[in-house]
Parts: sequence; structure tokens; C-alpha cells
Amino acid sequence: MLTDSKSQRVENVLGLLLFLGMLMTLYNVFIYAPTEKSMGDVQRIFYFHVPSAFIAFLGFLVCAGYSVAFLIKRNHRYDRVAYVSAEIGVLFSTIVLITGMIWARPIWQTWWTWDPRLTTMFILWFLYIAYLMLRNFTGEDERGARFAAVFAIIASADVPIVYMSIRWWGDRMMHPKPVLMGDEDSGLAPEMLYTFLFALAVFLILYFYLMMLRLRQERTAEILNSMKKNLALHEE
Amino acid sequence: MTLVYKDLLSEFRSRETISSMLVFSMLVVAIFNFAFDPGSAYAQQAAPGILWVAFTFSGIIGLNRSFVHEVDKGCLHGLLLAPFEHGAIFFGKMLGNLIFISIVELLTLPLFAVFFNLQTLQGLPQLLVVILLTTLGFSAVGTLFSAISVNTKTREMMLPILFLPVVIPILLAAVNATAMIFDGKGWNDISDWLRLLAAFDLIFISLAYLTFGFVVEE
Repeated sequence: MLTDSKSQRVENVLGLLLFLGMLMTLYNVFIYAPTEKSMGDVQRIFYFHVPSAFIAFLGFLVCAGYSVAFLIKRNHRYDRVAYVSAEIGVLFSTIVLITGMIWARPIWQTWWTWDPRLTTMFILWFLYIAYLMLRNFTGEDERGARFAAVFAIIASADVPIVYMSIRWWGDRMMHPKPVLMGDEDSGLAPEMLYTFLFALAVFLILYFYLMMLRLRQERTAEILNSMKKNLALHEE
Repeated sequence: MTLVYKDLLSEFRSRETISSMLVFSMLVVAIFNFAFDPGSAYAQQAAPGILWVAFTFSGIIGLNRSFVHEVDKGCLHGLLLAPFEHGAIFFGKMLGNLIFISIVELLTLPLFAVFFNLQTLQGLPQLLVVILLTTLGFSAVGTLFSAISVNTKTREMMLPILFLPVVIPILLAAVNATAMIFDGKGWNDISDWLRLLAAFDLIFISLAYLTFGFVVEE
């Protein structure tokens, strides 16, 4: 069978949760959460920006982790997870960059600045793109999977290094400090904290849902390809 | 070691890689002079950046060639069959690349100093150390990615896309250290950047060494 019914059921449940959660998030973000004092309504983009950044990094970590696992175990499924996770990572790091720019324009009076966080995210985005291009240009075989895994490992070591080297570069810190677990006076109002955590949870569900969807798609594509090959053999 | 000798020998017989790298690197320096108003203060400020853009891009040309001969003529299979471990092949190729790129850099430097009217002589030892450390990092990352990109459909196109985002931290440290040297700063001022460069080199060399086996295995 193409899919076993259990994972299909999990997928359906996740989909339903996601739908309800997204409606709730929209309500929370635009109606429930109070307007921020100094920034005004623009601040509401924070509830999409920060969870997207979480997911972008999560996608990257999962990609690197499964790449290591693939090189050790040589299980094709690990490679598939790494690939799909990188794809989702590209999507969310793009969202982070764009929402960040939309926020920065009215607040900083500029779309972009070479702050360590911004630069690191930008380079992370480049690394993801390079990873996906590498996969596209090496074909579907096992060798392509190995190349991609090696690149993912090097890239994952690169991300903290990039952040560090740009911090050394000089005082360019513009990005707001983390509001969670930050200093005493930097916390969020309880309503904002709730809205944020809720949005984060919904984004996590979205990540897992997209993962399951893409993995199923990839599996189906593989089965289809092997069927095609069989058919071609029979016709000859 | 033999591998380094082989690479050097075949290069000195043909001289094709080094000469094209050298011409390219000089052209980059020249082009940038036109891109900024020649001789203006602006070009002077951008000098460290221009130097490293020239070194990086000519380095990519050299790295691209590094595995082309091996793959095209099936030498890599021979190398892999030879009775030494894959790590030795990596270090051999890396050392060869290090020597090639360094030669090109050393030959570009005088021309650069003339074009940009630099008193490079006083900071020369510092600059040479920065160049050596940076080129070491470039060669480590570049050798690994060159072995990858030569096996992709697009070959030469792939290397810069993989290589550039990864070496950004190395490049940043190199440019900053170079800018300080051009400003007449001494060892003490650049020691932070040098240590950072050395740390990056260590990380990238060990990672590339560890993963190289996965790239070349059949």
C-alpha cells in the first residue's frame, strides 16, 4: 500500500489541529493581543516572525542531524527526511527575512542592516539554497545523497561560526534581544506571551504536518518511478 | 606527499591552471580600479576588500580544476585503489591547492601594491600570515567541495555556490585583519583576528578531513 492508515490518521489529526490553531492564532494576533506601546500594530508581525525563525533553525538542525544519521546508517529514509526538512527550512527562512524587512522599514527606517542575526539568517538561507541546488544537480542516486549530507554537515558547523565572526566584526547589534528568558525588564505582557507561545505551537504543528505531507509525496514519487521502470521493462 | 609532487609536476609542465588564475586575479584588481574611480580615496578604503575578492575568485578557478583531471582521466579511481587512506588523498590535494593559490596570491600582491599605492612592506610579515591562514581555510573547504562539484551535472557552476557562503566567516576575518594591517597596525592589534582565523582553519580542516571519505567512496 502507498500509505499505512496509522500515519494517514496522524496526518489528518494534525491537519485538523492546524486548521483550528491557525484560526485561533489569527484571532489572537489581530484581536486578542494588545497593541504594543511604542511600535504600534507593526509589532504584531513578531508573532509570525519569531516562530518562523524557530522553524527555520529547527529545519536546519533536523537536516544536519539526519544527514549525519544517513552517513552512518546509510538508510535512504534518513536522507529523505533531511531533504524535506531543508526544503521547509528554505520556506521559513524566506518568511523570516521578508517579515523582518517589513518590520524593520518603519521601525529602523531601513529594510536591511548587517546585524549579526540578520546576516546569519541570510547566510543560512544561502546555505539552504546551495543544498537544494546541489541535490538537483547530482541526480537521485545514492551519491547525490552523500554529497548533500556532507554539505549539510559543513554548513551546520558554519552557521554558529558566521554568527560569531560577525559579532566580532564590531558593534552592529540592532536586532532586539530575545524577549523570552531575557533580562528582567524585557519580558512580554502575559497576553502577548500567550499569543506568542500559541503561535509557536501552531508553527511547530505546521512544520510536522508539512514534513509528513512531503515525505508521503516523496515516497509516492519513488513508488511511481519504480512502477514506471517495471512497465518500461515489460513493454520491451 | 607523492600526490602533492604529482600535482605540482603536472602543473609546472603545463602551467595552465596557475597562469589562468594569475591573469584572472590581476584582472579583478584592475576591474575594481575602474569600478571605483581610479586612485580615489574610496578605492583606497575598499582596497582590502578588493584584494580578497581577487584572491577568492581566482582561488575558485584553481579549485575547480583540482579534480577535473583526476575524474576525466579516471585517475581518481587509481588513487582510491592505491594503498593509502582517503584522508591522505585529501591532505595531498589540499596541500597542492594551498601551494597553487598561495603562488598566485604572492604574484598578485606586488601588482596590487603598485596599483593601490600601498606601503605594504612594513606590514608584510603580518599580511603573509593572514594570507597563509586564510588560504589554508579556503583550501580545506575548497578541496572538499571541489571533489563534490566535479561530480555534479553543472560542474564549475556548483563550486562557488557551495564554497562562498561557507567561507564568509574566513573572508570576513581576512578582510578585517588586512584592513588593520593597511592602517599600519601591528601584531597585537590583529592577534584576535589571527586567532579566529586559526580556529576556523582547525574546524574546517578537521570537518573536511572527516567527511572527505564519504565524498570519494564508490
